[in-house]
Amino acid sequence: MDKNLTSAEELKTIRKIMEESSRFLSLSGLSGIFAGTFAIAGALIAYFLILDNGNIQYNEYLKDLSGKEILILRWHLITDALSVLVLSVLLSFYFSIRKAKRTGRRVWTPVSKRLLINLFIPLVTGGLFVIVLLIRNHDLLVIPCLLLFYGLSLVNAGKFTYGEVFYLGILEIMTGLISAFFPGQVIFFWIFGFGILHIVYGLFMYRKYEA
Amino acid sequence: MKDLISSLNKVFESRVRLGIMSVLMANDSYDFNSLKETLNVTDGNLASHLKALEERNLIKVNKKFIGRKPNTSYSATENGIQLFQQHLKALEDLIKLQ
Repeated sequence: MDKNLTSAEELKTIRKIMEESSRFLSLSGLSGIFAGTFAIAGALIAYFLILDNGNIQYNEYLKDLSGKEILILRWHLITDALSVLVLSVLLSFYFSIRKAKRTGRRVWTPVSKRLLINLFIPLVTGGLFVIVLLIRNHDLLVIPCLLLFYGLSLVNAGKFTYGEVFYLGILEIMTGLISAFFPGQVIFFWIFGFGILHIVYGLFMYRKYEA
Repeated sequence: MKDLISSLNKVFESRVRLGIMSVLMANDSYDFNSLKETLNVTDGNLASHLKALEERNLIKVNKKFIGRKPNTSYSATENGIQLFQQHLKALEDLIKLQ
C-alpha cells in the first residue's frame, strides 16, 4: 500500500519534471489580452485618423492621392502597426518575467531559448517578406501575410510552451488565408486575428492557468 | 508481484537520478547548469549522479566550447531511454494493482 502511494507520487514528479524542463510555462494570458487591445486600438487609429474615417479606401486611394500623400499615408500606417508590435512584445516579456518570478521559475532556460528561436524564424521571414511586398506595392497582401506568418510562428512555438498556442496559430493561419480573398476588408481581419483572437485566448489562458 | 518490484530499476532509486533521466527523456540534450537549476541540487551532488548514470551507459556526455567557456551537456542513450521506460512501466503496473 505504502509502496503504491510512492509509485504514484514518483510518476507524478517525473511527469512534472518532464513538462517543466521541456515547455516554457511562464507565458501569461495577460500578454494576449494586452496584445489584442493594442491591435484593436491600432486598427481604430488607422481607420479613423490615418484613413480619414474610412473615406480613404485602400484599393482606390492610389488614384485619388498624389505620390507624396501616399508615401506619408504608408509611413503612418507602418508606424502604427510597428507600435502595436513593439508594445505587445515588450509587455509579453514583462508579464512572462513577472509570472516566472511569482511561480519561482527561471526565465532564461534551454526551453525559452528554443521557444524564441522557433517563434522568430517564421516571424522574421514574414517580416522580411512583408517589406518586399511593400517595396513592390502589394500593400493589400500585407495584413494577410502578417496573419499567416504569425500563425505559422505560433504553430512552430507551440511545441515549447502551452499547447493552446498551437491552436491559436491554426486560427491565425485560417484568418490570414480567408483575409486574402477580401482585400477591401483587411482591417477587419486584422481586428479579428490580432485583436479578438488574442483577447479571447488571453482570457481563456488567464482563467485556466492563473486566476 | 515479486517480478514487478524487480523490474523497478535500482539505478533510479535516487531522486536526483530520476530527475536527470526525466529531463533527458523530454529533451534532446541539457547542459550542466540548466540541469542543476531545474533539479535544484548542488554541483557536487549532480556531478556524482551524472557520473554514475554515465558509467552505466544510461546517458552520454557531450563536451564543447562556447567561445572560451567549456560547456558540458548530457543526453540519454538508447539504453537509458529503454531502461527508464521500463521503470515507468513498472511504476504504472504497481499503481494499477492497487
